[in-house]
Amino acid sequence: MARFELNDDGVVVIIGSGAGGGTLAHELTRRGIKVVLLEAGARQSLASFSQVANEAFGQLTWLDPRTSSGDWAPAKTGSPLPAWLTKTVGGTTTHWGAVTPRLTATELKARTHYGAIAGTSLADWPIAHEELLKYVELAEQRLCVTRRAGNPGLPASNNFKVMYNGARKAGYQKVHTGYVAINSRAQDGRGFCIQQGFCVQGCKMGAKWSTLYTDIPRAEATGKLDLRIQSMATRIEHDAAGRVTGVVYRDATGVEQRQKARAVCVAGNAPETTRLLLLSQSGKFPRGLANSSDQLGRNYCHHVLGFTIGVFDQPVSMWRGASQAGLVEDEAVLDTKRGFAGGYFVELVNFDVGSLPLAALPYGWGRDYASIMDNYRNLAGFMIVGEDMPRADNRITLSEVKDANGLPVANLHVDEHANDIAMRAHGQKQSRRIMEAAGAKRVVQSEGSPFATHNLGTARMSTDPREGVTNPHGQTHDIRNLFISDGSVFSTSGAANPTLTIVALALRQAEYIEREMTAKHI
Amino acid sequence: MRSNGVADRRDFLKVTGILTGCLAVGSPLALLAPSRAWALELKAFTSEQGATLLAAVRTILPHDRLDDAVYASVVSSCDADAARDAGVRELYTRGLASLGAGFAASKEPERVAALKAIEPTTFFQQLRIKAISTLYSSPLAFAYFGYEGEAFSKGGYLHRGFNDLKWLPEVPLADSGPMPGSGV
Repeated sequence: MARFELNDDGVVVIIGSGAGGGTLAHELTRRGIKVVLLEAGARQSLASFSQVANEAFGQLTWLDPRTSSGDWAPAKTGSPLPAWLTKTVGGTTTHWGAVTPRLTATELKARTHYGAIAGTSLADWPIAHEELLKYVELAEQRLCVTRRAGNPGLPASNNFKVMYNGARKAGYQKVHTGYVAINSRAQDGRGFCIQQGFCVQGCKMGAKWSTLYTDIPRAEATGKLDLRIQSMATRIEHDAAGRVTGVVYRDATGVEQRQKARAVCVAGNAPETTRLLLLSQSGKFPRGLANSSDQLGRNYCHHVLGFTIGVFDQPVSMWRGASQAGLVEDEAVLDTKRGFAGGYFVELVNFDVGSLPLAALPYGWGRDYASIMDNYRNLAGFMIVGEDMPRADNRITLSEVKDANGLPVANLHVDEHANDIAMRAHGQKQSRRIMEAAGAKRVVQSEGSPFATHNLGTARMSTDPREGVTNPHGQTHDIRNLFISDGSVFSTSGAANPTLTIVALALRQAEYIEREMTAKHI
Repeated sequence: MRSNGVADRRDFLKVTGILTGCLAVGSPLALLAPSRAWALELKAFTSEQGATLLAAVRTILPHDRLDDAVYASVVSSCDADAARDAGVRELYTRGLASLGAGFAASKEPERVAALKAIEPTTFFQQLRIKAISTLYSSPLAFAYFGYEGEAFSKGGYLHRGFNDLKWLPEVPLADSGPMPGSGV
């Protein structure tokens, strides 16, 4: 692994090592570009991943405070973790469910197809569907996505048998074990899925794709990657001409360091990406870096979510098996007869006994509540993931609360749009139908999720610099050598879980950055 | 550092109360616990406060056949928080007092009513989250609820029941996938 000097202004600094940052680090280094990769967290491995849920949570989770406001579930439940994200090498690709459906051509033109819905800031993506699809297919090959690129599907778990039989009886046609970035056979130097049910805790087989054991070691092998762990970026600096010159960060010992840079790519996941750009405000950029549009932090999307737990007379043993290997695709279409724009997926989900009540049963107590837990062996679980409406005032800002370094943390504000509420009502009604068709004697549903996992839209792409933070390549309109390389750049959320698209955009961005460097534009 | 060490040592020695119990005969936990009798030394709460807390947690998450020993783990965790943080100790002290002296000995409907009356308070909300996050995450609770836990060392659940559900029809291969190594 390389070590570059702090005053080496020829390096590209990438902040965050997850789906966007980890992929980009590999793509740039294999092209011979020197990269310093700053990761706030420590480095785990297949061997060190814990399968004690509480321990794993402590190993991987971003536990620094964040605050929330508005009428969404994290604010209503007073959740100390309004976004369940990670602080570890590999980022959220260590704990994700590896669900990788595609965005559709309709979703990429949401404003055109959904029309001007009052109270939203809907936009069209500034990328053609065919153009994005090229990179999505490349991403599917790299991630070894099941049911794509010639990969077989995963075998059906007990939990999926419930979903399948219920969904087919309820009239759904496209029901299968999903498009997941989990090896159904050993390949790419990674093991195959042995149905442990510990996707969220980190996959000890490496069957689930993560940059931790693919792109990052491959980038290290090029000799061009300087990965600095436990290094928390606190400020991006710029010169009088308005180009970024480097990144200030706290190293593993808490000492402030200053790494010079030829270009900076921010991939901290929307809450931290937004926070860092806001914290980097200056006389020249008083509203935060790259925020002349005043769009930074706005249009925050997190998907319409909701959990459904079915109680059966007979055992399901939901904890056994790949956590999210099951999908109903039929509702992920635009059909305004349902009373809302956009679509949603019904996805399989399972929980260990400790996480189930915290995540999927966030309300209640007493006899009735305990009776659900008493049936833990006989429970099945689904969740909906649907497109939420971007709104100018659904927004990530700096909070009153400060972290251990004395810097304001991110506040996540969401007031749900009527379209979100109508979609959730429909999705929960259909999820209930599926459970009941499979024979559930009781169905319990949560209103939303007490935490967000998908964080999108706060530095949206646009061709017009007045309407977004970045151009169609994630390059900020205001600062040519500053890039955004995570889900913040999504112009709208679509229904698909975002990681596949984030990887596709990073692959595409790497080509662009190389061209910009070769042309000496940056 | 030295004064902290002294304080820790003093805290360690200071016992403010004690909770005791005995695992029920035939409890599956008896297989996991070193002895049927158990005792919990409290570092912040009195024995009476400990008993009130135990009764409150049992009322919030009532699993009749789940041993008091498992509920005591929640009390222990609250006690440790209170011993560490004076603010938490104050919150619990006031909250427990608001439930009244006879709370632990009263019948379940009365305990439910007393808790219902304080449901919006910070004390109740914190206790509820604490109870849920502690009670269901102990190895003793795993055994009670049937959760099998760690699977990697045993080869996952691939050949240990991930697909053993027989009360619904099987999924056609086209919508599922081959078992690894099956040659399909």
